[in-house]
Amino acid sequence: MSIDWKAYDPGHFYDELISSPGYPRAAARELCKRLRRLSDEELMERRDAAELAIIVMGITFTVYTEGGSIDRAWPFDIIPRIIPRKEWEHTEAGLKQRVQALNHFIHDIYHDQKIIKDGVFPQALLDSSKNFRPECVGVNPPLDTWAHICGSDLIRDADGRFYVLEDNLRVPSGVSYMLENRHVMKRTFPEVFEHQNILPVDDYPAQLFDMLASMSPRPQDYPVVTVLSPGIYNSAYFEHAYLAQQMGAELVEGRDLMVGKDDCVYMRTIEGLTRVDVIYRRIDDLFLDPEVFEPNSLLGVPGLMRAWRAGNVALANAPGAGVADDKVVYAHVPDMIRYYLDAEPILDNVPTYVCHDEKQREYVLANLDKLVVKPANESGGYGMLMGPSASKAEREEFAELIQANPRNFIAQPLINLSTTPTIDGQGKVAPRHVDLRPFILSGQEINVTTGGLTRVALKKGSYVVNSSQGGGSKDTWIVDAETKPRRSHALKSG
Amino acid sequence: MLSRVAENLYWTARYMERAEDLARLVNVHSNLILDLPRSVELGWEPLIAITGAEKAFAGLFEEMDERNVTRFLIADKRYPGSILSALFMARENLRSTRDLVPREGWEQVNDLYLHARQELKGGIAKRKRYDFLRGVIQRCQQLTGLLSGTMSHDEAYEFIRIGRNLERADMTTRILDVRSEDLLPRRAEDLTPFENIQWMSVLKSLTAYQMYRRNVRVRVRGADVLRYLLQDPNLPRALHHCMSQVEASLHALPRNDAPLRAVTRMKRQVQEADVPRLAETGLHEFIDDIQVDLGQIHGEISNTYFLLDRAA
Repeated sequence: MSIDWKAYDPGHFYDELISSPGYPRAAARELCKRLRRLSDEELMERRDAAELAIIVMGITFTVYTEGGSIDRAWPFDIIPRIIPRKEWEHTEAGLKQRVQALNHFIHDIYHDQKIIKDGVFPQALLDSSKNFRPECVGVNPPLDTWAHICGSDLIRDADGRFYVLEDNLRVPSGVSYMLENRHVMKRTFPEVFEHQNILPVDDYPAQLFDMLASMSPRPQDYPVVTVLSPGIYNSAYFEHAYLAQQMGAELVEGRDLMVGKDDCVYMRTIEGLTRVDVIYRRIDDLFLDPEVFEPNSLLGVPGLMRAWRAGNVALANAPGAGVADDKVVYAHVPDMIRYYLDAEPILDNVPTYVCHDEKQREYVLANLDKLVVKPANESGGYGMLMGPSASKAEREEFAELIQANPRNFIAQPLINLSTTPTIDGQGKVAPRHVDLRPFILSGQEINVTTGGLTRVALKKGSYVVNSSQGGGSKDTWIVDAETKPRRSHALKSG
Repeated sequence: MLSRVAENLYWTARYMERAEDLARLVNVHSNLILDLPRSVELGWEPLIAITGAEKAFAGLFEEMDERNVTRFLIADKRYPGSILSALFMARENLRSTRDLVPREGWEQVNDLYLHARQELKGGIAKRKRYDFLRGVIQRCQQLTGLLSGTMSHDEAYEFIRIGRNLERADMTTRILDVRSEDLLPRRAEDLTPFENIQWMSVLKSLTAYQMYRRNVRVRVRGADVLRYLLQDPNLPRALHHCMSQVEASLHALPRNDAPLRAVTRMKRQVQEADVPRLAETGLHEFIDDIQVDLGQIHGEISNTYFLLDRAA
């Protein structure tokens, strides 16, 4: 037995690899052909090899349990998700445009607030923003850039188009797994890489370092770049350590840093105090500096905001960048693109109803059974209402919540996330829902990862892609199907 | 290299060495007691004295008998100087420096702690004690070997070596101090067979008996043992050797002036000591001085590399 693509039916969903039973999409043809040649046993052998590689390579993520936290092997599916290069270039352009507009917006919000004065963005939304930081007003970070690292979540609806689901501008994670997924794939399926043009992903750490270095307040020197982590108990510690290592940067915790009387940041090393130029911080705003924010926080560095405001250290992302990481603000991103860039958005938002608007709120309240309701500032899928599958009582409860605090809620139609072939519990290939998180770096130039992290819901019919809740991940291939791969051996001439 | 990381590695090594040395000590003392006739009074007090834990012990137990002492030194979580506590602390310190130490090193320490916790009862019960303690010693040695054979011999490694050798020097001097208290006032010509056995036990707790026989002489004599354990340049647990190791490690580190000065000063003192006289009188005071010096060396290392709170 081997994979029977004719028996693979994604139904009314858009499938990433198979256009209809038996017919792989152009970019996936080579892969589907090779997969079909494998027997069930061979397929399982490859899967086991991938699992072993993950354990050997020590790719883990941390799950909080009642007894503390534990490291688990990263859940991975060996069938990659494929996006044709042409299509990706379009998406990439859309993401760049979006992040540019977001950076303009954040900078504007902390300076002249022209977008509000011109009536494009409502003052009331800003007044009720949870992630607006008055401490950041008037600050001029290098290149006027605030959101240096953005992880935007993309989904594909049944129409096959990409939509932006949200923009993560605080401390988006997952990029290390995107990089490691590729390493695992290369170990598991070396031969499929030889026969087609799969664009590489491993440039990211170098790009990240260059971007961070370009923010340095001391451009003449080789800058000292650090990754600031809350420490080993944080769920993303693997990523913090991984990125620091890949960039050759120092992995520090708050207690390793101090701010001197000269308002510069130093790290405590065996050589003495060493000045730090750039901090890629993986700590939330409110824990960054106990002098300014949460006074009891031990994670941060007293005086850090002082040093940042004085321009003596660069922080990525800049404090306050989260003001645009708000699902209500998200609804306004297309307007921002028109306003700041004088262009039409290349990528669409998922249709979104904002509850602070009376008309839209009425529609939401009348259609709770068709909509997904999300709080403005939660992440990880917390505090949501899945209208179509919710009980009457749950819907009533949410109606009350919305009426009590309309600013805090948005609603969206349920999106029929696209599927892609995935190995199920029985070792058979079946359609499973996926999303995609590309990472966009903004420095002197804007760079988007080649593809991104594909997360997959491993349970049949499930939309839950979070690894902490049983989701998995896949390697994401941007495939150039139009350029023929090189087949001939190079010969030494003369 | 970050100060925090250097400090964690230094303490990991100190705690591992402490666990190993305590295991040696309890083991040798258990054997010594079996060898001595009942007429020679030797209780378990010396072990408590060596670790400097009289107060802590008195707070937890009344009688200094075998059961209480071994339980206290091997398995008591309430006593921060027990083998179990030392292993726990080593593990906690190593946990946050996993990127510098080979993965197997972390696994080894983790495994050792879990093993020790699980086998505690055996560690206290007389019949299984030997196996348990030998297991601890072997696993500690295994870690030392593993790091030596797989870890880059860079600054991080030097901090491990410094921690190990300082702790070792500390333990060697403590053992000499307490054991000589019992033994030294008598004169060499009065050596009884039992004194001989006790000096052998000093050598044995440092696994130095065989080396002593090979390198010094056939008979075990107080002054010779003392000289060997204080001044021998080649024996790994001799004070002189430990301090030479610390010195060599410091040479590989930046800003080493102050700690190096302290080490050199102490080494000179040890080398110039009049051992035959010390064997008769003044050893306790001499070792007190050395203990103070060791504390100072730790202080200089700590000030130089770990504590950088001076405002910039």
